[in-house]
Amino acid sequence: MIKFILKGIFRDRSRSLFPIIVVIGGVMLSVVLYSWMKGFEKDIVRANANFRSGHLIIMSKAYSGNSDQMPNDLAYIGCSDLIGDLNNEHPGIIWQPRIRFAGLIDVPDENGETMSQGPIVGLGADLISPSTIEPDVLNLNGAIVSGGLPLKAGEMLITDELAQRLNIKPGQTATIITTTMYGSLTTFNMVVCGTIRFGIAAMDRGLVIADIGDIRRGLDMNDAAGEIVGFFSNGSYLAERAESVAESFNMDNSGSGDDFAPVMYTLLEHSGLAATLKMYKSVSGVLISIFITAMSIVLWNAGLLGSIRRYGEFGIRLAIGESQGHLYRFLIAESTLIGLFGTIIGTAFGLLFSLYLQEVGINISSMLKNASIVISDVLRAQITPTSYIIGFVPGLAATLLGSSISGIGIYRRQTSQLTKEFEA
Amino acid sequence: MENTYLIKTEKLVKVYPMGQQSLVALDGIDLAFTEGEFAGLVGPSGSGKTTLLNIIGSLDVPTSGSAMTMGKKIEELSHQEAAELRNKHIGFIFQTFNLLPVYNVFENVEFPLLLLEYTASERKRAVMESLERVHLQDRWKSKPSQLSGGQSQRVAIARAIVKKPAIVLADEPTANLDAENSHNVLRIMENLNRDLGTTFLFSTHDEKVIGYLRRKISLIDGKAAKDEKITDALKGSN
Ligand SMILES: Nc1ncnc2c1ncn2[C@@H]1O[C@H](COP(=O)(O)OP(=O)(O)OP(=O)(O)O)[C@@H](O)[C@H]1O
Ligand SMILES: [Mg+2]
Repeated sequence: MIKFILKGIFRDRSRSLFPIIVVIGGVMLSVVLYSWMKGFEKDIVRANANFRSGHLIIMSKAYSGNSDQMPNDLAYIGCSDLIGDLNNEHPGIIWQPRIRFAGLIDVPDENGETMSQGPIVGLGADLISPSTIEPDVLNLNGAIVSGGLPLKAGEMLITDELAQRLNIKPGQTATIITTTMYGSLTTFNMVVCGTIRFGIAAMDRGLVIADIGDIRRGLDMNDAAGEIVGFFSNGSYLAERAESVAESFNMDNSGSGDDFAPVMYTLLEHSGLAATLKMYKSVSGVLISIFITAMSIVLWNAGLLGSIRRYGEFGIRLAIGESQGHLYRFLIAESTLIGLFGTIIGTAFGLLFSLYLQEVGINISSMLKNASIVISDVLRAQITPTSYIIGFVPGLAATLLGSSISGIGIYRRQTSQLTKEFEA
Repeated sequence: MENTYLIKTEKLVKVYPMGQQSLVALDGIDLAFTEGEFAGLVGPSGSGKTTLLNIIGSLDVPTSGSAMTMGKKIEELSHQEAAELRNKHIGFIFQTFNLLPVYNVFENVEFPLLLLEYTASERKRAVMESLERVHLQDRWKSKPSQLSGGQSQRVAIARAIVKKPAIVLADEPTANLDAENSHNVLRIMENLNRDLGTTFLFSTHDEKVIGYLRRKISLIDGKAAKDEKITDALKGSN
């Protein structure tokens, strides 16, 4: 019987072409949309992990309460011991101390007088020790616009936007003005070795990155750090593993009740991404249901039109002795096959387009000129295993729904009426 | 004994509602047919021929009275049971040839056997035998659109008899055929009736068909006005 259905589908184009096109279109859109949302999600997770929270982050309890204000007076002291312990305990995780601070940058002229000045956010990270992963994590090589990475102490990177505003070029020296860990004003000179651009508007405005050694000296933070971030060595966030590591760490360190005791947070906890990702899930659910509904309505109508054209066929078949139930199931099987073909073709096209988005991406930087949100300016997709199957939901549900509604007409009509319609 | 009749109607009435009024299409039909008959319902347009064939063939139900086909009371059958009755015991031939246009000759004839769940080899044997009986074994690959009217009607006949039904109901089978093709088709049906013992019941006002009938029932205004046996002697004088 399946063979019989297939012959009908392939030979009668008007029976199958329009529904297949509808299904292909809808499925393709679903797959691309899904993959794009996944890519966007991955981008957000990665950006937040790399630039903010790590996969895991440790702060002193006191610092963590106000971490947005970068309260370095509450920073954790004794980083090397802690990191040594952590390395022994969790060999698959790489730990890096980071210091963030707010301050001013001051560019002098030949006479040492202030030529230009501006507010900055500073980031101290391990940039020059031989085994460091930070330049990769922060994607510094990709972000370089002019000059190069810091190779020795006393060198810093500033964002290209800031450099242009301050009118400073690699090789020139600038003064950082900020406060030490103990609250006193401090100034220290650094050489600009390169300018960078991340494509993330909020960061590109005024970021200064220097080796943590320099920052520790400048801020008087010997062996201290505002944050210690941990990254899984395979590079991607493992939610369950992160949760269990954080849980056991916090268990071990909760005893003291000390305000400076270290606390560990997972990426999702610290960045607040959990809620965002949850919202994402429901948004994609809603979008998919809209697709199903819209496609079902189109296919239902196509089914109705098709049935009107096919009343003659139905009449003959009922006269030959096919039961209405059998005919109804036949139509559903027919549209299921159409849905299946459409879904497979639509998924293939959708995956191809998603692959393009994943590998090449679409640059939307011109649309983001003045945006302050932390998103990357290249639209990217991420193909996940679900991308391969997500299209089957709208593809099959819509064809099934469409044909089961339109096929009800078979039951509504008198058998003798159906046979009469083809006599006319 | 009632069971010797393949078809038996008793006080069969069919009324169609027509707005406020109603239209009596069949008005108390009492008829019975036995195995091997070659009979026709003859009468003017609107006399109820198609209506009667449809009820006998379980495509429609009586308003009152009774119709019995192959021992089954039509008025008591569910849709499912009616379909089964048609599937197993009745072959239909219509005025327009009604082949499924997307399927070729072989597949059209094969369709009833698919419903009866014959195996592929059983289907092939039965279909080819059936096509031989209508002299179309060479055209099994053709599409309906490539056939002449006479050939199409012969395919429809092959499809009606492929499952060797007890009864073939033919509603004006020659209405769209020229004289030569009409005789052709009628001779084929006569042969099938003789060889397989299939009961044929026609609806017609075509003199050519009437010439082949061995029993002629005249319908007028939904009533069986005359029921005549036509002997071979009489036919010979035709
Ligand atoms: N579904 C229906 N609704 C209302 N009236 C109907 C319906 N079907 C048939 N009739 C009427 O019943 C009467 C008998 O119709 P039927 O089709 O049985 O005639 P017929 O003898 O086959 O005529 P013809 O030779 O033209 O085919 C006609 O008056 C017809 O208009
Ligand atoms: Mg008629």
